[in-house]
Amino acid sequence: MTAVVEGTPTVQRDFRLIDSTLRDGSHAISHQYTVDQVVAVVKGLDAAGVQVIEVAHGDGLGGSSFNYGFSAVDELELVAAAVQATTNAQIACLMLPGIGVVDDLKRVRDLGVGVARIAVHCTEADITEQHIKAAKDLGMEAIGFLMMAHMNTPEGLLAQARLLQSYGADTVYIADSAGALTTNEVRARVAEIVGGIDVPLGVHAHQNLSLAVANSIAAYEEGARNLDGTSAGLGAGAGNCPTEILAAVCEKNGIVSGVDPLALMDVAEEVTRPLMSRQQVVDRAGLLLGYAGVYGSFLLHAQRAAERYGVSQAEILLELGRRKVVGGQEDMIIDVAVELARKHAEAEGAAS
Amino acid sequence: MGLPVAIIGSGNIGTDLMFKIERSPTLDLVALIGIDPESDGLARARDRGHLAASNGIDWVREHPEAVRMVFDATSAYVHVRHAKVLAELGIRAIDLTPAARGPKVIPSVNLMDHLDAPNVNMVTCGGQATTPMVAAVSRVTRVPYAEMVSTVASLSAGPGTRQNIDEFTKTTAKALEEIGGAEIGKAIIILNPAEPPILMRNTVFCALPDGTDHEAVLDSVRAMAADVAKYVPGYRLKQPPVIEAGPFHTPGGVVPHRIVVLLEVEGAGDYLPPFAGNLDIMTAAAVRVGEAIAAHQEVPA
Repeated sequence: MTAVVEGTPTVQRDFRLIDSTLRDGSHAISHQYTVDQVVAVVKGLDAAGVQVIEVAHGDGLGGSSFNYGFSAVDELELVAAAVQATTNAQIACLMLPGIGVVDDLKRVRDLGVGVARIAVHCTEADITEQHIKAAKDLGMEAIGFLMMAHMNTPEGLLAQARLLQSYGADTVYIADSAGALTTNEVRARVAEIVGGIDVPLGVHAHQNLSLAVANSIAAYEEGARNLDGTSAGLGAGAGNCPTEILAAVCEKNGIVSGVDPLALMDVAEEVTRPLMSRQQVVDRAGLLLGYAGVYGSFLLHAQRAAERYGVSQAEILLELGRRKVVGGQEDMIIDVAVELARKHAEAEGAAS
Repeated sequence: MGLPVAIIGSGNIGTDLMFKIERSPTLDLVALIGIDPESDGLARARDRGHLAASNGIDWVREHPEAVRMVFDATSAYVHVRHAKVLAELGIRAIDLTPAARGPKVIPSVNLMDHLDAPNVNMVTCGGQATTPMVAAVSRVTRVPYAEMVSTVASLSAGPGTRQNIDEFTKTTAKALEEIGGAEIGKAIIILNPAEPPILMRNTVFCALPDGTDHEAVLDSVRAMAADVAKYVPGYRLKQPPVIEAGPFHTPGGVVPHRIVVLLEVEGAGDYLPPFAGNLDIMTAAAVRVGEAIAAHQEVPA
């Protein structure tokens, strides 16, 4: 038995934990979540004191597609089930302008979703104005979410964060979507942005360089007051910041997370791990993502393309890094695989 | 003498369009109209000897007899207002915004269908690039679901595009259905800030039902690529089209295969450098439509 911290606003917390097991984690299981799994995860996290639980296709609302993989169950059904299952935690949704539309926000608002995360590549904040304003008009909390934060400088990120703030974002996030940032790079980015905006900052870390927890703690120390994580680290690439580990490290560091590490360990072990189709480890492909700065969710798509076209997954990922592709360009995985297969065939033809 | 036309909107698209209309044997550019006298587009127009007005749609109101056709390269919201004014003045509108007030035209698919419409819509750059490929598949087999992904260089997406992302995806998805012939369409747009800027990329996925003649689909796609390249010279298949085995659980049902068509559009480099193929495909298609309407009007009743 584990103690349960009441997830009410009266609990003193040093930062807010946003759990993305049911959104970022969706990448790692190729968007095959069932209603029962969603309900089990939400109940576990809610009881452990998590304040915000994000639910959506891995690529956000409207992400179910050829390019990103079709959801097994309509995400609206999963969102509705999550809203029903939660007692204290708020349910959040993430959307990427260009993939989802304002109508998607309206639909989840009608289901009871209170937090909208509007995600965008870290240099393109000005495409979110429509969506941040729509979220505010719908009475939602709007979080502007800058992805692939390793591809912009601290000063550049600050300018983008200010744009998000000017559209009405209540909180701004930087996301290390490729798990490519070192701890010093996280510190520099957080310190620069925190000093230059009036709204709270959050950090979304990935595990590709095995730094997700360390980077999250560093972000907190530099002034970030929102941190993302997932149960058992389930997520794109080598996975996210595992919330049960983050909670444990926070406790040892005297940082009050407001969530119960033991309860989160139980959720990770008894609910999340049984639904995982593969272990969330830093294998070669996962490490390569962080090393080459490639969007984490490309991992499994690259694996499938490698099998289909008889080329190496590592070769695909390195070429994508060279091409500086950004989140959402999963079609380029096929492009690279077809091209590599053709080049190999030509080379063999020339040799024989 | 060609048909007297004006361009309204002096941003990326309007300025690129100016260069292309200059080369048209049947369209005469009377004016490039903007709202900012300091804009680069209007300066270019002056340099090239065109009338460059900065009072927007009012210029057209004040000179209703000067033009017979207006190319609107402003933004979706602005075009809604312009469409009314132009309709009242009896001036043909070729709409290059995603406002979609009139029927959508993709030259390689339905060029001759709307020659008498007072207002025609050019869909979106991605729609111009990808709808022909969906049409190429749907003339061979049923397409229960089609999807396009368009990636453009950040530098080539102006403020109009950036504020109209939802309109882009919705209008493009509709074009895949209405003109492409897909039962369900989906559109995705991505901006890529890489330096040097990437060439515009478009990918088309179509669900292929059981029993589809794959060779016929591939032949149709290759033929369509050649048709589009006739009016957009930089349009090409980046890789040979591939058919992948599923099954794929699409919103249009489970299908055993999908075709993936990987396209690239290199611009002519008229206004922005060749990476901005998204400008070219819109402006080249719009000129093609303008010329077809001009030719149609010349035919005596």
